[in-house]
Amino acid sequence: MEFFKATNVVKDYAGHRALDKVSIEVGEQSIFGLLGPNGAGKTTLIRIINQITAPDEGEVQLFGRQLRSTDIQHIGYLPEERGLYKKMKVGEQALYLAQLKGLSRHDALKGLRYWFEKFEIQPWWNKKVEELSKGMQQKVQFITTVVHQPKLLIFDEPFSGFDPINANLLKNEILKLKENGATIIFSTHNMASVEEICDHIALINQSKKILDGPIDTIKEQYKQDVFEIETTVAHDVTAEFSRNGFQLIDYELKGHVQRVKFQLNNEIPTNALLRNLMEKMDIRSFREVIPSMNEVFIQVVEQANPKKQAHA
Amino acid sequence: MHKSLIILKREYITRVRKKSFIILTLLVPFLFGGITVLPAWLAMQDDEEERTIGVYDASQQFENRWEDTEFTRFTFIPKTEFERIQQDIKSSAYYAVLHIPEDIVTTSRASLLSDKQVTFDIKNMISNKLKNLIEEDKKALIIDESGIPDLEEKLAAARTHIELETMKVDAKGEAVKSSTEIAMAVGYGAGFIIYMFVFFYGAMVMRGVMEEKSSRIVEVIISSVKPTQLMFGKIVGIGLVGLTQLVFWVVLMFLIVTGLQVFLAPDQAEMLQQSQSMMAANPQFQQAAQENAVLNIIDLIGNLNIPLILGSFVFYFLGGFLMYSSLMGAVGAAVDHEEEAQQLMLPVTLPLIFSIIILFPVVKNPEGALAFWASMIPFTSPIIMMVRVPYGVPMWELLLSMSILVASIYGTIWVAGKIYRTGILMYGKKVNFKEIFKWLFYKN
Repeated sequence: MEFFKATNVVKDYAGHRALDKVSIEVGEQSIFGLLGPNGAGKTTLIRIINQITAPDEGEVQLFGRQLRSTDIQHIGYLPEERGLYKKMKVGEQALYLAQLKGLSRHDALKGLRYWFEKFEIQPWWNKKVEELSKGMQQKVQFITTVVHQPKLLIFDEPFSGFDPINANLLKNEILKLKENGATIIFSTHNMASVEEICDHIALINQSKKILDGPIDTIKEQYKQDVFEIETTVAHDVTAEFSRNGFQLIDYELKGHVQRVKFQLNNEIPTNALLRNLMEKMDIRSFREVIPSMNEVFIQVVEQANPKKQAHA
Repeated sequence: MHKSLIILKREYITRVRKKSFIILTLLVPFLFGGITVLPAWLAMQDDEEERTIGVYDASQQFENRWEDTEFTRFTFIPKTEFERIQQDIKSSAYYAVLHIPEDIVTTSRASLLSDKQVTFDIKNMISNKLKNLIEEDKKALIIDESGIPDLEEKLAAARTHIELETMKVDAKGEAVKSSTEIAMAVGYGAGFIIYMFVFFYGAMVMRGVMEEKSSRIVEVIISSVKPTQLMFGKIVGIGLVGLTQLVFWVVLMFLIVTGLQVFLAPDQAEMLQQSQSMMAANPQFQQAAQENAVLNIIDLIGNLNIPLILGSFVFYFLGGFLMYSSLMGAVGAAVDHEEEAQQLMLPVTLPLIFSIIILFPVVKNPEGALAFWASMIPFTSPIIMMVRVPYGVPMWELLLSMSILVASIYGTIWVAGKIYRTGILMYGKKVNFKEIFKWLFYKN
């Protein structure tokens, strides 16, 4: 049984289909990356999960049953377009938002006190939001997203607006939340952070899901038999590769060290290749190049929309 | 429902706590009290300075008939002294010098000399004195010539003042004294208050929605509550702020006006009490009581159907507010910037402004076709029907108007809710009426 499951979700807006039979499954206590170029339909899907809008077709399940309106209290949502009441005091506002999620005043205060201490921001309690910097506001927003201990957390571009130190703090908090049992849906353009924290991803492009799977499997799937070898040898080794029928991709010479990137284009086992090379040069390192998520993203999206330039 | 209450509480408390709200709520009644009571009080203040005025009477006919007043003494001076003072008025002991020329009776002219501007009261008092004395002489002459010694009494008896009492006959055939003026004042006042509050607090709803939209907090909130709950909490919360202000104003104004009256004019209040007890003792004074304007007004207000007027006022106040504020809330949701809002606000507020424009014709003729239709159409009825109620409106008309308003509020809230839900999450799109019209047919 999946923790969260959307099946064949369709959502139409006047004259344009925002989601076209999208299905995703999110395992319990995992981090699920929801990727895709701008305008692909990620936000629509997230809004459907938050019941801000309803799907036209398809089914949405949480805890193995139909999503209910009361599930709102089990979901924490940090939208991409986020803000706070500028004239309201930080503490009062956090309390208000926590109460709207269904916490009693007492529980809300207790939860907020815990998080304010953890982030060392107690002195902000009586400050007006407009007195805080954008990064400080983001921290408050993060707290209001998690204070009601939701079982499902949805972060839409959580790192935008954070400096590297605070982004790292946030990343660690997200990982800790997962350890403590939360399931997280994570939508971002930042592929580096996807690689760092996601277990599983789905890629949505032009309203359709075009890629789905555990992150390692996907990378494995998209590797292109590219290898990189580092040697210390006095003479140029590129001729060696051409002779062996490999396609040279990249070549770099730094002092005595040569770095060669090449693609296998026949069925020669890598070990045979290595043996061959070892006789001629001194090998410092040899590895298969696994594509980064960024490369996978660009490759997949460009394949899907060949004419347009995809934004990554 | 519970969450709507949390929202309502926030909307209410953050606004009621605002300095601007507190200042406005406290200041307006004081200003009102000041404007109504202070000038009356100041006018009542007697000039208590003692002054001596020199009089040079060239006509030689007033000296023994001229009386001093409480604070002003008059000294008659001979011509030589008058001429000396004229040369050097500054050093004279008199506040002013009155010169009555020989031919005063024919020219009706005299002069008052002073080195500074003479007060209005003194000038008035002296000219009245002269006028009375000369009139007395002239009257005596006329009476003498006519040969009718009691001519003056006879003329006074011929003077007539008509008091036209308007009576309304109710269903039981009992005549109740009514006053067109009072009905007009109450209707006008009530209609105007509704107009002001609907306008002011409706705009507050709009700004509140825009604030949520532009600060981007709205998506966080509607992931916790339904947009309709948010809108409901906001409108009712702000409506309560308006009611709070109104109640404060009424209570404070009442306290201030009565308080100022007691404090500033205790003798008047005493006098009123005395005259009342006198009236009770002596039936002859009953007549006089009829002419006491204040008592009369209180009497007439008492004859208005106060529970009906008050009930209708609360109904139309809330009805008008709900209707217009939900529309203004929808406008706030549809736009990104204040400038765009102005453009969309106009058609919403037009009927409201129209109500105020036709207010005067309706007050003049509350039974006319304009008054009837304007009190049925829900966009104008909150103001126009309220203006008509103090005059007495047929019950079926009142009930019909109220039913139409209630039905329209439902319709308006449905329309506004649709626009609100779609608009609130839409950024960076220039909206026009065609676009908004399309939103009405969106599935949520």
